[in-house]
Amino acid sequence: MLWNTLLLALREIRRNVMRSFLTVLGIVIGVASVITMVTLGNGATQHVTTQIASMGSNLLMVTPGRRMGPGQQGMAPAFKNEDAQAIAREIGSVSAVAPVSTGAATAIFGNENWSTSVTGTTSEFIALRNMALESGRNFTTSEAHAGAAVCIVGQTVREKLFGSQDPIGQRIRLGALSFQVIGLLEAKGQSMGQDQDDLVIVPLRTFQRRISGNQDVRLIQVSVRDGDATEKAQQAIRLLLRDRRRLAAGEEDNFQVMDTKEISTMLTGATQVLTGLLGAVAAVSLVVGGIGIMNIMLVSVTERTREIGTRLAIGALEREVLLQFLVEAVALSSLGGLFGILLGLGASFGLKSVLQVPFVFDPGIAIIAFLFSAAVGVIFGYFPALKAARLDPIEALRHE
Amino acid sequence: MVASTETNGTALIELQGVTKVYGEGQAAMRALAGIDLRIEQGDFVAIMGHSGSGKSTCLNILGCLDSPTGGSYRFQGVEVSQLTRDQRARLRRYYLGFVFQGYNLLKRTSAIENVELPLIYRGVPARERHAIARRTLAAVGLEGWESHSPSELSGGQQQRVAIARAIIADPSVLMADEPTGNLDTARSEEIMDLLCRLNREAGITIVMVTHEADMAEYARRIVHFKDGRIESDQKNGRTD
Repeated sequence: MLWNTLLLALREIRRNVMRSFLTVLGIVIGVASVITMVTLGNGATQHVTTQIASMGSNLLMVTPGRRMGPGQQGMAPAFKNEDAQAIAREIGSVSAVAPVSTGAATAIFGNENWSTSVTGTTSEFIALRNMALESGRNFTTSEAHAGAAVCIVGQTVREKLFGSQDPIGQRIRLGALSFQVIGLLEAKGQSMGQDQDDLVIVPLRTFQRRISGNQDVRLIQVSVRDGDATEKAQQAIRLLLRDRRRLAAGEEDNFQVMDTKEISTMLTGATQVLTGLLGAVAAVSLVVGGIGIMNIMLVSVTERTREIGTRLAIGALEREVLLQFLVEAVALSSLGGLFGILLGLGASFGLKSVLQVPFVFDPGIAIIAFLFSAAVGVIFGYFPALKAARLDPIEALRHE
Repeated sequence: MVASTETNGTALIELQGVTKVYGEGQAAMRALAGIDLRIEQGDFVAIMGHSGSGKSTCLNILGCLDSPTGGSYRFQGVEVSQLTRDQRARLRRYYLGFVFQGYNLLKRTSAIENVELPLIYRGVPARERHAIARRTLAAVGLEGWESHSPSELSGGQQQRVAIARAIIADPSVLMADEPTGNLDTARSEEIMDLLCRLNREAGITIVMVTHEADMAEYARRIVHFKDGRIESDQKNGRTD
């Protein structure tokens, strides 16, 4: 009986393809948005996680500012060069320390100019970030110390300024100062829609004197010696910095020492909040889609009153008519859900290259979305179906 | 649930003092004022009367679509007025077939799918259903029209599809409510010939409501209704 009812329902949907399609459009859009949001969100999360994992598990990031929640930072004084030096000097398990300050500047070479980001740091930075030089050399200690006007450029900057020329040995202008290009970085590609090759690295001292004009250090990257526990190093750095920043015993830290796991949590936290929020909005459209189904089922019951009368006269039981309309509503909404899932997966697959986010298929969310759309059919199809089943056959047969 | 028809003295259909009142109190409307009617297996009864005479109400009760307010209706010896809605539905499913004035075919549905509808409710497997429906359509002269939808068929053809649907499940009784009401004379005669043939050859009992005397002439027996009562009930002289 159920199988027959399902066939009847599908036949009914097929009889009205256009209307059925418009009816379930709400469900299709709702499910497609949920699937797209969650798939892209998962992709972004996975992307960030793998990227941070590739930085190595022994990496620590020290930033000024209070921890306030995902993606937020309170105001706090910046670090100084001496803080980085103190970490390198006083904490034994640390293998490398790179203080970092960044700013934006226009790089000019001949007639070409390009707005890029300038990173002031030490020679340890390249190795710490898992970057490598394609040609040329890193800063020397004396260059770093003296604040020499030398720089290392990323692939994007090279392409924009030099085209096919060899950049090594050329002079570019950053702000008011002319820099000699001494190195070229290997390409790293895009990450989260950000070009990782669009940068110029200069010695920190040069950056502070010539570009930012202050002694601030925005970030200290620390790598812990292999085999040493990062938690211990984290704790040691914390105590050292509390001391250096003269925090009283009861005061909260006005800086953070994060390991890679915490960094990825911080970066993905915002994504997840956003995914959840957009997912909730999309879920509302599922309910709206359900109301659309209820509406059209009520219209359908009125329109097919004579048919219902005929079926009842032929000997259909009340519950068979109820089941027919209920199955019809559920078939409609499930088909809508199925379309929505395919559409959502298609959309996320198509968007993966635009948003630079990998495509991560989560069968769990597809199943949940499908069940949810079927449930919408049951909930919003029940009342119209009941209305159909309760019809008086004589009245129904007489209906015009 | 239905006793054997072999039982002596038990008619196929037996109405005794059946009344039907619509509404209550002051607004009450008496549609049937006590009907006694006995219909034997294999009969062909035409019920005639003006509108408001109670003939349609009587057919609804005979067709188990409605319950009488008072009196007794026994179908093959079973008291129908006591049955629940679902029990009456099952009775219709297994023993009754319906033909309506407006054909009542499902729109945008092929003739064969319309015809096999009663078998779906009987749970007949698809393959068997198609074969029976094909045979039944052929029996009403619609071979080759199986895949046409009602809108592609003439009125007479649509009524033939409806008759095929009514007889596909081998009912004991065919209830026809003004079956020729929407048809011209030539088509009406074809339909009546078909009904006569079904009555004669397949032994299907037919109860037909009509207000056209020409059509009633096809029946073996004509019952006249007036003001909710039977005015006359006579055998029809026609021989076939």
